[in-house]
Amino acid sequence: MPRKIRVLVAKPGLDGHDRGAKVIARALRDAGMEVIYTGIRQTPDQIANAAIQESVDIVGLSSLSGAHNNLFPKVVQILKDKGAEDILVFGGGIIPVDDIPGLKKAGVREIFQPGASTEDIIKYIRENVKV
Amino acid sequence: MSLAKRILDGDIRAASRLMRDIDDRIPTAMDALKELYPNTGKAYIVGITGPPGSGKSTIVDKMVDIFRKEGKSVGIVAVDPTSPFTGGAILGDRIRMQRHATDEGVFIRSLATRGNLGGLSRSTQDIVNVMDAMGKDIIIVETVGVGQDEVEIVNTAHTSIVVLVPGMGDDIQAIKAGIIEIGDLFVVNKCQRDGAEKVERDLRMVLEMGRKREDGWEPPIFKTEAILGKGIFELVYGIYRHKQVLEQGQTLERKWRERAKATFLEVLETEVMSRFIQKIEKDGGWESILDDLTKRRTDPYSLAEKIIAEELKDH
Repeated sequence: MPRKIRVLVAKPGLDGHDRGAKVIARALRDAGMEVIYTGIRQTPDQIANAAIQESVDIVGLSSLSGAHNNLFPKVVQILKDKGAEDILVFGGGIIPVDDIPGLKKAGVREIFQPGASTEDIIKYIRENVKV
Repeated sequence: MSLAKRILDGDIRAASRLMRDIDDRIPTAMDALKELYPNTGKAYIVGITGPPGSGKSTIVDKMVDIFRKEGKSVGIVAVDPTSPFTGGAILGDRIRMQRHATDEGVFIRSLATRGNLGGLSRSTQDIVNVMDAMGKDIIIVETVGVGQDEVEIVNTAHTSIVVLVPGMGDDIQAIKAGIIEIGDLFVVNKCQRDGAEKVERDLRMVLEMGRKREDGWEPPIFKTEAILGKGIFELVYGIYRHKQVLEQGQTLERKWRERAKATFLEVLETEVMSRFIQKIEKDGGWESILDDLTKRRTDPYSLAEKIIAEELKDH
């Protein structure tokens, strides 16, 4: 029996716009994955601890507030500090193209901008998660 | 160092990885479970069940506050349903409990039912055992939002809490068998709403009519408004009172024995089944079996007897 892909979908920061995160969560569920959704206004510490306790393969971060440059790398760093760098992190939301190289350098594996299809995200996860 | 030793040393990652292996039915998980088993049997296990949206996760969240203030460490297993069509699941119980995500004394694990009926996931017992071996003082198991017959929680928990809310139908609902029979403690949550008194009254009547328990325990009813934390303190002390009654009689010992039996039967069933499924797949697979059955050349009863007899003869 193949392993089931487990994904944490989280919203760091202070914006409460979680429609995008919920659409993603639903699409991933419909693709047969187990999605842990932690709700809005999460700190990087809360997200990293949840990812570890749930032993997910990958974390999807959604931010529409503009704080991604600060918050996304923090999640990556805390996972690394806790010896969980094998848990991949990707992001999405309102993220300017110019910010993408910096985020990738900080260890965020992929960024999905507005207009990306849920199919793209599902494909990305299936190709990058080793289960 | 073995995975089990690392877990006993307090390695959180090792524990959560083992839980993943258990859930994914990886055969090596059993080695770690064997090694951990002697270190289990110390935690007090509380089950919480009730219909979807009745406030189970919120009640758990508020109870954790009290347990933590008393210095007890807590493990939480929260079960949500798997989609029968896609095999996927959205596990959202954590949303109400994320306040505790940064507290090292709290470990929360979400599980999907993965096709299991009964309100729990097949991995629940094993994952509770891992948390027990991790040294959690209290382990709370939250079932999926259940209807009437998802009563598996009684084989897992020492104290079972059944949560009801106003507006769930007429009083006949409460006298049906099923989840009403398994409650050690009852909660009428969202008690600020109209109809809460009626739910309490109907429930009290049903409980008074019900069978007397051997240990003399009479299930109390607590009215809560969990979102505001109202009534939660009383509920937690209700758990302690129940625990005391169990400990004074031989009931706690009996419950551990029942739980051991349920776990053992489950393991036995899984192992035996997987052996027969392997045999079927080795001996030519499902196609010919399904052909024989659908064309009525044989029947499921004779076929099962035949396969069991063959397997026993081979050994």
